[in-house]
Amino acid sequence: MADPMADRSRVPDADTGVDAGPVYEVAGLERSFPQPRTRLLAPSPRIAALAGVSFEVRAGQRFGIVGESGSGKSTLLRCLGGLEPATAGSIRFRGREIVGKRERRLGFLRRDVQLVFQDPMASLDPRMRVRHIVREPLVAQGTPGADARVAEMLEAVGLDPAAAGRFPHQFSGGQRQRIAIARALAVRPSVLLADEPVSALDVSVRAQILNLLADLVQRFELTLVFVSHDLSVVRHVCDTITVMRDGGIVESGPAEQLWERPRQPYTRQLVAAVPTLRRALSGAGPAELVRDAAATAGGDRSAAADEAHDPKDGR
Amino acid sequence: MTAAEPFATPDGPDVLRVSGLHVGTGRDTLVEDVSFSVGPGERVGLIGESGSGKSLTALAIMGLLADELHASGDVRLRGVDHELLTAGEAERSALRGDTMSMVFQEPMTALNPLMRVERQIAEVLLIHGTRRERAAAAAAARDLLAAVDLPDPERIARRYPHQLSGGQRQRVMLAIALANGPELLICDEPTTALDVTVQAQMLRLIVDGVADRDAALLFISHDLAVVATVCDRVLVMYGGRIVEAGEVRQLLTRPQHPYTQGLLAASDLEAVDALGHLPTIEGSVPPGGRFPDGCVFRNRCPRGDERCTTWPGWTGTERSGYACWYPIGSAHG
Repeated sequence: MADPMADRSRVPDADTGVDAGPVYEVAGLERSFPQPRTRLLAPSPRIAALAGVSFEVRAGQRFGIVGESGSGKSTLLRCLGGLEPATAGSIRFRGREIVGKRERRLGFLRRDVQLVFQDPMASLDPRMRVRHIVREPLVAQGTPGADARVAEMLEAVGLDPAAAGRFPHQFSGGQRQRIAIARALAVRPSVLLADEPVSALDVSVRAQILNLLADLVQRFELTLVFVSHDLSVVRHVCDTITVMRDGGIVESGPAEQLWERPRQPYTRQLVAAVPTLRRALSGAGPAELVRDAAATAGGDRSAAADEAHDPKDGR
Repeated sequence: MTAAEPFATPDGPDVLRVSGLHVGTGRDTLVEDVSFSVGPGERVGLIGESGSGKSLTALAIMGLLADELHASGDVRLRGVDHELLTAGEAERSALRGDTMSMVFQEPMTALNPLMRVERQIAEVLLIHGTRRERAAAAAAARDLLAAVDLPDPERIARRYPHQLSGGQRQRVMLAIALANGPELLICDEPTTALDVTVQAQMLRLIVDGVADRDAALLFISHDLAVVATVCDRVLVMYGGRIVEAGEVRQLLTRPQHPYTQGLLAASDLEAVDALGHLPTIEGSVPPGGRFPDGCVFRNRCPRGDERCTTWPGWTGTERSGYACWYPIGSAHG
């Protein structure tokens, strides 16, 4: 396994060109979940979703986390957002430890870090009007002038002000994701954590949301942590990519380097298995994809992995 | 699309021939005037975003539409001497899983959670009389599991669907679909829920499975890259209509319809402008039945004008053509 700290500490901040201080310092992070008991008297076995993850996210960075299902990428993001307690290890947010803190001691994190999820229909309350959805985090944090801010945010994400009076089900998937982004950015966070924000969207709408995210990250000078199973999307959005597998980090590095010259066999296999238009037009069929992926990995390891993994639903 | 060519006889070269297919609720039209054919060994992709009617087209062919939806038109399958849409349920269920079969996107809902894998595969062999005896069917089921590259088929055969991973379940689905050597295999987003490495293997199995049986493949996906990898020919659907059809390379390098062009541009994450922006298609896909009259794409089209309030009709042949007043090659816009 590659040293995750290699290279990245020397990557300058993408937007400003200066090496800003770390927003997140993660060291030896572990998260395990209990499994159903197999014996009456023995303690229930635990499955490790994160097994000793260490990395740093710097201010202004667009930090991508890629992995297949079950790699622990979503668990990691939830830990960063303070939604999931870590079992061991440390996450320092701007120098302050968040692992082991009580919920009510995490106010500093809630003000500064917001999340956008994959399925906006599931993450927006169907009985609340858009106005209240976007205003809720402002009210929760006691920010004055909430109504003006709601209008401002709807405008920022490209929604009509009249949208404020409607319910989530009256919008398309892409518009719902815009509402989720407006809600997340309403409290002026400095960090946006996004978990597969475009995976449920149609291709033509995906491009709109990716453009919007890029604009907002620049306009509000956000630090972005972007989780996806889709390496080509992460490569487009992020300047730094971390590849995860089985709860650990396989490889980290600048996006272009990782795509063009992946060092680890698993990363090479991931890159090789992605079907692209360019590759298809040069005559590559599924057989070539499988062959390339297997060749780069030095053997068909993924079939074994597919076999070894327990199915994980609800992702 | 108009059915300009005379209808081929059921024994003709095409495995599947769909002419003038309409699907609607009675109030809304969801699929309108869809015509295409798939030859033996041919792999045809059906591309479209959600709400374009691509899944409804597949379900109409399979005779699996929900009760409140009605299909009309003419659907013929090679070796079947009656029309499929008007056929009774008994006739259609005799074909399903035998002459034609389908792999769905979500294998967890398509597989029976209460049946072991082996019995689910054996069932389709016994029902259609491919195997007469349980033991023979069970043995054939294990052979099929091995044919879809599942390691240790003996062990997988005894499992329930929830004990398998997503990739394994989808292989079981494919094994069931291929069990009786269908003439036509329809795959509806078969790899959308799978990881990329598993997706590549699944796509190879589909292509090989179809090639081995010289079957026709109708492959439905929203992912252009996947369709381009798998198929020879592509149909682009939008708003319940086929708006463009053509051979993969030609359609992807020289699209005629503005929607195809927009979809291609939005799919290519490597092509960005100076600000790092991806090309987009304005607006979003309207909900089913709410597409504009005339050209269904006109409210999102950069080239649309008042002429587009009437449906442009089909230009070209059924295998290669488009429905647009102002195709990309023309001077307009």
